[in-house]
Amino acid sequence: MGFEKFGHKSYTALTKVAGFVDRLVQGELFATRCSGCGRIYFPPRADCAGCLGSAMQWEKIPEKGKLVSFTRVNYAPAGFEADVPYTLALVDFGEVKVFGRLGSTVAEDEIKVGMELKPLVVTLPDGQLTYEFVLGNHKA
Amino acid sequence: MNKDVAIIGVGQTAFVRSYPGAVREMVFEAFAEAVRDAGITPREIGASLVCSAPEYDKQRSPAGMVAEYLGLNPQPTFVLENICASGTTGVRVAYSLIKAGLHDIVAVIGFQKMSELSSAESQERMGRGADIMWEAPFGTMMPAYYAMHARAHFAKYGTTEEDLALVRVKASRYGALNDRAVFRKEVTKEQCLSAGVVASPLKVYDCCANADGASCLILANAVRAKEISEKPVWILGLGAASASMNLTGRDSLEGLEVTRLAAREAYQMAGLSPRDIDVAEVHDCFTIAELLAYEDLGFAEPGKGTDLLRAGETQIGGRIPVNVDGGLLSKGHPIGATGGSQVRTIVLQLRGEAGPMQVPGAEVGLVQNIGGVGIYSNVIILGR
Repeated sequence: MGFEKFGHKSYTALTKVAGFVDRLVQGELFATRCSGCGRIYFPPRADCAGCLGSAMQWEKIPEKGKLVSFTRVNYAPAGFEADVPYTLALVDFGEVKVFGRLGSTVAEDEIKVGMELKPLVVTLPDGQLTYEFVLGNHKA
Repeated sequence: MNKDVAIIGVGQTAFVRSYPGAVREMVFEAFAEAVRDAGITPREIGASLVCSAPEYDKQRSPAGMVAEYLGLNPQPTFVLENICASGTTGVRVAYSLIKAGLHDIVAVIGFQKMSELSSAESQERMGRGADIMWEAPFGTMMPAYYAMHARAHFAKYGTTEEDLALVRVKASRYGALNDRAVFRKEVTKEQCLSAGVVASPLKVYDCCANADGASCLILANAVRAKEISEKPVWILGLGAASASMNLTGRDSLEGLEVTRLAAREAYQMAGLSPRDIDVAEVHDCFTIAELLAYEDLGFAEPGKGTDLLRAGETQIGGRIPVNVDGGLLSKGHPIGATGGSQVRTIVLQLRGEAGPMQVPGAEVGLVQNIGGVGIYSNVIILGR
């Protein structure tokens, strides 16, 4: 599947890491790890800036992450007006950090830097695929 | 002390909501002021560097148009772009062209006419100044990124929304004195705190104003500077760095590593330390950015920027006056013109020509100019 399926609005169609979207279809969020030097990357990359190798393996993002920071957005850029308000977040999964949105099931007054979150793949009403961060005890 | 390259002329238009003319005419205003200030003729300028973020421009390759309109043909000209840091990247490149001996005098011209786009359109373009594959699809924009830096600083150091309001109150006080500023009203802490939330915890007054404007700096080598200028302002130190565009690549959000690196380089080159700085212009595109700058530039220890702010030490009369021209918050932020305008402010300060905004006896000044959310940083130290 093409990368244009990723996100609320994709700006990129062709990439060597479009397999990321195939894995979202399977309900899973992946990083890439360099087979040559072992560096891990999120966002996923086709090429390693450490050893200049291009042999990458997909590796699943762990289930437990910690919220690094967040913001509740009340005013959206062009193309995202229908989504407001939404919460952008950066979550630390140990070896990698992941940027995305917090799920709407996380109540605003519960959100705290350092809280535990896990990734959840979601299909948007228009068929686009994305992921969000939800509470560790969230049941799909 | 490096005294090889000096700034001998400065100019800028008033920063306004909507400039009543074409880009070339706006640029001409700043250029004519700088050339007259330097006391030279355009023919003496060896090259022109045009600093602008192209996503806002309808004119492709604006250097060609600018050089033609300013009478700078047939000298070489080209565009430099580092988003909001474009102007000071212009200074860095001009410095190196002069130092290399390719040109004796170089003009650094910055501009942006942002009023041709709606605010949502310009936020969308700014959002694409971050990672378009992995961040922009979530609906990102500059206030949101800086809001995340603010939230991280709050969580680690106990900084509050009131602290951010103090930054804006200070900016507005000086913006009211600056006849080149777009926002000339004073605002109170209460107004700041009760304003609508843009991206929590940042509210309307935590964000700088988009503006139209142009700036121009004339740089010269030591021989020409001493011949031409009675009050040359010397470039004592330069530092520049870059960082991961995607936030996932940052070690922490409580500061901008890119500024710490650029500052270290600039202080080292100048042989100076943060204590030696008499007046500073920092990139306060958002209130939190000014607080981060206090710490990243070494004016305060990490987490202690709020102490400096609350004690009034960054006002005129304080230990290190910062953004006493209103900063980006009140003066306005026409992307490509901003760096040149910051440098102009410090040049006027060091010449003792800053009028009601003058810091008495300022001898050494510093400029910090950021591109994107800490993707690029330039730090420049200037002295008499």
